[in-house]
Amino acid sequence: MNFTTASALLELCQSQQITISQAMIKRETDFLGKDYNEIKKQMGRSYQIMKDAVHKALQEQITSMGGLIGGEAAKINQHRLTGTPVCGQIVAKAIAYAMGVLEVNASMGLIVAAPTAGSSGVIPGVFLTLQEEFGFTDEQMIDALFNAGAIGYLITRNATVAGAEGGCQAEVGAASAMAASAATQLMGGTPAQCCSAAATAITNILGLVCDPIAGLVEAPCQKRNAMGASNALVSAEITLAGVGNLIPLDEVIATMYAVGRSIPFELRETALGGVAGTPTGCALCQKVFG
Amino acid sequence: MKEISVFDVIGPNMIGPSSSHTAGALRIALLAGKIAQGKIVKVRFILFGSFAKTYKGHGTDRALVAGILGYNTEDYRIRDSFQHAKEAGIDFSFETNETNTDVHPNTVEVVITTEDGTVTRVMGVSIGGGNAQLAQINGVDISLSGNYHTLFIKQIDTPGVVAHITKCLAECTINIAFMRLYRENKGENAYTIIEADEGIPQEVIAKVRENPNIISAMIIEL
Repeated sequence: MNFTTASALLELCQSQQITISQAMIKRETDFLGKDYNEIKKQMGRSYQIMKDAVHKALQEQITSMGGLIGGEAAKINQHRLTGTPVCGQIVAKAIAYAMGVLEVNASMGLIVAAPTAGSSGVIPGVFLTLQEEFGFTDEQMIDALFNAGAIGYLITRNATVAGAEGGCQAEVGAASAMAASAATQLMGGTPAQCCSAAATAITNILGLVCDPIAGLVEAPCQKRNAMGASNALVSAEITLAGVGNLIPLDEVIATMYAVGRSIPFELRETALGGVAGTPTGCALCQKVFG
Repeated sequence: MKEISVFDVIGPNMIGPSSSHTAGALRIALLAGKIAQGKIVKVRFILFGSFAKTYKGHGTDRALVAGILGYNTEDYRIRDSFQHAKEAGIDFSFETNETNTDVHPNTVEVVITTEDGTVTRVMGVSIGGGNAQLAQINGVDISLSGNYHTLFIKQIDTPGVVAHITKCLAECTINIAFMRLYRENKGENAYTIIEADEGIPQEVIAKVRENPNIISAMIIEL
């Protein structure tokens, strides 16, 4: 049993009365021949790595390889706890956590590329926040990672998750769609609503360029992860309120790919354009590499 | 094409900061080290394209050395791989080549010298998401990903060798997923790369080596 499109996935969920997570687990066991307990265990380990990365960022002083970022997550978390977070607790927490993972990543720490290292903060940011705020069990969170994985698989298969190919919309956009779908399922949404939330998330940041300063996975990547996490929550909120998306997920994925291919070379991870190409961006590059 | 698993998307688990410049680079060196066979005493890395420009900021250099040491992408020792390599008596160096732009932007050539003086040159490309592909071995264009259970054979280009190899696999009931053949020159060294879905047992290697035209045979598992 396999599916290669969101519409096929939804048909499967409908006919078998299963969640997107269950469909993805079935694909791993029935189609790819993996052991059920083994994949659950492996996903549990991935979730633990995500948690450890967030905690490390909040507790330790981290210096990135390029020196462009470090300490932002702790600051935002502190502001959330002692100040008046303008976004409210949930979004403030999600963005602090998401940015923290990018700090760990940029300092050669251990992360889960989800789907890439450059977008590795989005899913931990959303997942840990939802777990802490709504009291989900680890088992529920691990199950939800399979939902996120299903959306990521569809994007990888039918488009791309590489910034060099599709810009940031492909990396943070994919992570945001994955997190939006998983959040929707966790909060009681249907499979169709999960796909709608994913489509909303991608649509919201369609066309976003990849312009890393000095070519490093530091800035603006870190803040874009914060944006990706909040966009996931925004998309889930819109969807769970019963607001649908006009364009179905399969078409949104296809157009994301087409848009990605039409983004100029300078704006696809080459660090030649965008904020990387600004006078200050170039000066920072000089400073990092001497 | 390899079917995408959920762990290709939620994964790999890796030491940052870049799936292509860190994890992918490590996998190239890991594959190259396995192909060189024997104790490595010296390794020279020639970096091209984006690798040449940004390797320091991405820890590409430490990741490459870690690959030679046989570490996997989530090994914390990657950060201190230079120190570990020195302790292991491996002499390593880096060069950049920014004049040759006719290569994939994330390309590295790994020149390995083993204890017996044999030099192996392997060209690898980091193709994104932590995946790597070897593109050249000793000047011969090849394609090897390490995503499957791989049998890598060096042989003399002469009739009957391939028949011998496939017979050995058939006797061990190994199903071939992909098979590719390359050669340096007619009648000289040739390479056979076989990728299988299931694990390849060591007895296949022993059988393959029975033919005098086989120079070397090895299983590559990542």
